[in-house]
Amino acid sequence: MKTKKYEEVIKNHEVKPNYVKNALVSFFFGGLICAGGQLLIEMYVHWFGFVRETASTLALVTVILIASVATGLGIYDEFGQIAKAGAFVPITGFANSLTSAALESKSEGVVLGIATNLFKLAGAVIVFAVVSAYVFGILRYLLIEFNVLS
Amino acid sequence: MKAGSQSWKFNNNVYLLETATAVGPLESQGPLKNDFDIMYDEPYCGQKSWEQAESQLMRSAINKVIEKAKIKESEISVAFAGDLVNQIVPTHYTFRETNIPFFGVYGACSTSMESLMLSALMVDSDNAKIALAATSSHNSSAERQYRNPTEYGGPKPETAQYTVTGSGVALVSHKKTKIRIESATAGIIVDAAQNNPNDMGGAMAPAAAHTIKQHLTDLGLEPSYYDLILTGDLASCGSPIVVDILKQEGYDISEQHNDCGKLVFSPDQPVFAGGSGCGCCAVVTYGHIKKLLEQKKLKRVLVVATGALLNPLIVQQKETIPCIAHAVALCAVD
Repeated sequence: MKTKKYEEVIKNHEVKPNYVKNALVSFFFGGLICAGGQLLIEMYVHWFGFVRETASTLALVTVILIASVATGLGIYDEFGQIAKAGAFVPITGFANSLTSAALESKSEGVVLGIATNLFKLAGAVIVFAVVSAYVFGILRYLLIEFNVLS
Repeated sequence: MKAGSQSWKFNNNVYLLETATAVGPLESQGPLKNDFDIMYDEPYCGQKSWEQAESQLMRSAINKVIEKAKIKESEISVAFAGDLVNQIVPTHYTFRETNIPFFGVYGACSTSMESLMLSALMVDSDNAKIALAATSSHNSSAERQYRNPTEYGGPKPETAQYTVTGSGVALVSHKKTKIRIESATAGIIVDAAQNNPNDMGGAMAPAAAHTIKQHLTDLGLEPSYYDLILTGDLASCGSPIVVDILKQEGYDISEQHNDCGKLVFSPDQPVFAGGSGCGCCAVVTYGHIKKLLEQKKLKRVLVVATGALLNPLIVQQKETIPCIAHAVALCAVD
């Protein structure tokens, strides 16, 4: 039986997420992760004498490592529940999506499990990143070619 | 005996012979911890994968029920069993190790009462001496199939529910015990045009309301006939909806209604709106409710197991979620 007559009752009981609070919480935790990243860059520059460009790559690798280990220890999903998009948007969220998919597929073996499913969640991000890079690359080329940009 | 359009009355002495439950760690810390038979303190239950862990839950519950009822496996005439994983894999691998004639059933989270109802029908018609009904679900095997990897950090909304890790098994026979299976109502599929896999309670509530109303109509009963009308896993979001819908239809169940998803966990556990999964209704009914009926703290209970027949692929194809609810009435006898 298909029925739409209950939709109103269900709607009356709908729990609306608190968007303002969630946005503020995400801003705080996302900012905290970025501040941590900045701190790492400064540390690599001042204590280890790396040039700034190498230091920022190293900082990225470090936060990815921390997020992956935290995922493996079962901490990151709990952190994500508190930090909302603040845990999801930085590169740590990307690392978590890879590690969690890998962990989950471990029971099906290395090739058909881990390798096949590693990009199950992150695949969409990569596809859109590559496609948009092409689109904007072509756009930039055309704008330069027609002297709109220099 | 058929009663009305969707119900059966069991006049031929159908009793709940014995039940057994096995649960995971979070359920073992919950408010019903004293009502479960077997409690695992880690989610793998000593196995290598989530699916095998779920098999282990069902296997240990079946062994326990055979032990508690003091029968032999060969005395069981037929088994109806199911779970939530594709092709009901954990169930099949559990029954691979038995010699019991087996029927796999799938009713999503309504499987517990679906299998109990079929067992009762088999015994009522004298086609089985002892029938076994088994149901299981595992939080992680369900999460990975229906949602995201278990360690994925994307936040869940408050309407989300936590799939119960547990298995409940019941034996049904003519032998007189303290709990009689009085009647049962098979549900029809109700689709209330919901499509949010993170709000199953809201989607399933209309199906539960339809089955409860049909049960009362078919058997000519008032809600007050029951001490408790227990829905399977509507949790805190779906529970008020079922009460409201039935109020609109002229039945007030607000006094009698409760929900397994609300009973199985306490509010301070990290379970969002409450428990879900076919193990939820199974372990609460076969653990907690069975105990209360035996102690005569409850006289008559209508258990309405609610199932969201969700498939993640089809929902992505912009379909809505069809739902079903099956009801079984249990009563305490002297």
